[in-house]
Amino acid sequence: MSTDIPESKEAAMRMADSDFAADRREHDVRSALLDYRDRIRAGELGALPAILGLVSLVVLFTALKPGTFLSKGNIANLSTQALPITILAMGLVFVLLLGEIDLSAGVASGVCAAVMAKLIVDSGQPWYVAVISAVAIGIVIGTAVGWLVAVVRIPSFVVTLAFFLGLQGVTLRMIGDGGTVPVRDDVIVALANKNMPIWLGWTLAAACAAAYAATQLLRWRRQRVRHLHSRPVELVAAQSAVVAAALLAGTYLLSLDRAPSPLITLGGVPWGVPLVGALLVGCTFVLGRTSYGRHVYAVGGNAEAARRAGINVTRIRVSVFMIASAFAAVSGIVAASRLNSVTPDSGGGNTLLYAVGAAVIGGTSLFGGRGKARDAVLGGLVIAIIENGLGLLGTKAYLSFLITGVVLLLAASIDALARRRRSSAGR
Amino acid sequence: MTAKGDPVLRLTGLNKSFGAVHVLHDVDFVVRQGEVMALVGDNGAGKSTLIKCVAGIHPADSGQVEFEGRPVRIGGPRDAAALGIEVVYQDLALADNLDIVQNMFLGRERRRGIVLDEASMEEAARQTLARLSVRTVKSVRQQVAALSGGQRQTVAIAKAALWESKVVILDEPTAALGVAQTRQVLDLVRRLADTGHAVVLISHNMNDVFEVADRVTALYLGRVAADVARAEVTHGQVVELITAGRSGDLGLAPTTAAESI
Repeated sequence: MSTDIPESKEAAMRMADSDFAADRREHDVRSALLDYRDRIRAGELGALPAILGLVSLVVLFTALKPGTFLSKGNIANLSTQALPITILAMGLVFVLLLGEIDLSAGVASGVCAAVMAKLIVDSGQPWYVAVISAVAIGIVIGTAVGWLVAVVRIPSFVVTLAFFLGLQGVTLRMIGDGGTVPVRDDVIVALANKNMPIWLGWTLAAACAAAYAATQLLRWRRQRVRHLHSRPVELVAAQSAVVAAALLAGTYLLSLDRAPSPLITLGGVPWGVPLVGALLVGCTFVLGRTSYGRHVYAVGGNAEAARRAGINVTRIRVSVFMIASAFAAVSGIVAASRLNSVTPDSGGGNTLLYAVGAAVIGGTSLFGGRGKARDAVLGGLVIAIIENGLGLLGTKAYLSFLITGVVLLLAASIDALARRRRSSAGR
Repeated sequence: MTAKGDPVLRLTGLNKSFGAVHVLHDVDFVVRQGEVMALVGDNGAGKSTLIKCVAGIHPADSGQVEFEGRPVRIGGPRDAAALGIEVVYQDLALADNLDIVQNMFLGRERRRGIVLDEASMEEAARQTLARLSVRTVKSVRQQVAALSGGQRQTVAIAKAALWESKVVILDEPTAALGVAQTRQVLDLVRRLADTGHAVVLISHNMNDVFEVADRVTALYLGRVAADVARAEVTHGQVVELITAGRSGDLGLAPTTAAESI
């Protein structure tokens, strides 16, 4: 009963909060934190579940496997393990934002990787021709899927299920039953197997941290000068500091010498990591700062409203499938780099489900309209940690499947419950 | 510039058929600046069709449309929007997952280069809301999902007013609202007219009509039964116009009213 009094006071405060009071009121850290708590209660969870999951998994596996899980070699391993899933998931975020699904993205990544490998091995093409062709094939697949979904209006689940089956046949035809195409091109192999020079890793990390802080602070200043809605500067600074700390700590861990023998040195950030970083920055910019991104959210939130607002809904629908398949091609190339080969199974199995799982665990809603590019990175790390940690523990394969399934179900339940919470908080 | 009371939109002899069904018969309809024109009629009287003709969704078969004295042709929704005709539909066209500013500028975002100009959009949204004396909104950066029904309707109407629109058409804006929220929305409708817009209010609710409308146009089976000043009619007369097409001296001639059935 003791909580009654402050709550009623708060309600009274909220009643008086009209006339843009919340925009005009000086936000201090306390009021911003109260607002944040209100948003969490109303089901606006953001990245919270993913970050909590990430931290608890790291603690769990460190406790279960001390010395090995957080060893230098394993951390580098973990980062490359997460690369293909993360890239695939980042493309899927666009599709999920519309409340659609792309079940074919995984096998599309296999087809594209096979195209790339065949071009290098059989036709002796340089790596860039192979990569551009692979991405182009991805865009073609995405266009076909998007056309069937947006123009013919077949549910995306059915279209992409058909592509999921059909594209496996394409990979099999290209590579042959039981065949393997080795990938030996230096540039492609370097993506997941070579590291940046240590100085470059540090420079990039520092530059990214500085750029992030600068954009955040500049935006804050602009909002402040024009008396717009802004957050307290302490929080902006704290957020920049946390991002900088994470970037620099990651660089530090990956820059340590992790060679198993003292004769050689092995250290530095794997080349695939800045690739994901660049994709993350690009997607975040497109989704958050351009009218295309705004329209993607609008179509996902209320397609009819978007249509009446003059947005070309069909074009947006086709475009997200193109983006997802193009990202799938990149993901297939990184996966091929990591395994040094392409097989008929590439991108098959549960690749796609892991990627959807990554996006959902990261906080992207399966109901559409909610999600960010960073969700793919957070969720991709969670999935990779589970896979990696269970592998270190020597868990039986059946148990790994069960555990990953449970985690995905948990993430989807959080999404569904948060959504219910939101709709009841609204009216 | 048109002055208060000048006709902004004038339809003359509008006809519209869907196949064999003649939905609108020689409809004359005038909306004046600074005036709330209530459009009333029973279900199937042709209110929605008339609005869709004006909004360019179903182009009319015959008849003249004059906008600010010039004859115009409305061939599609874009023509209507270009003239400054905005429609606020009954099933609010707002995206729940976007905030108020984002919804108000949806499809017409302001940009600097390829980057959205959030600051200028936020300022403009706030100015429009302030001009319409909308006082119930806590923050223009609130998601629409967190708003009440009345607040959502308010945002939808303010969105229509943002675009220097000259005619704002409201399709049953109070249908799903409670008493206090209806109050808010009706006040807003009045202010919309007072700030120089021509407003068309479609409503079934006589209380709403008599509270804010300056004139009333009653449709009866696709014909205009009457176009009268609100002060000259009573509740009862308007109800009779809606249900029978005539009321005393007002309305369709008895023969026309009967033949329409």
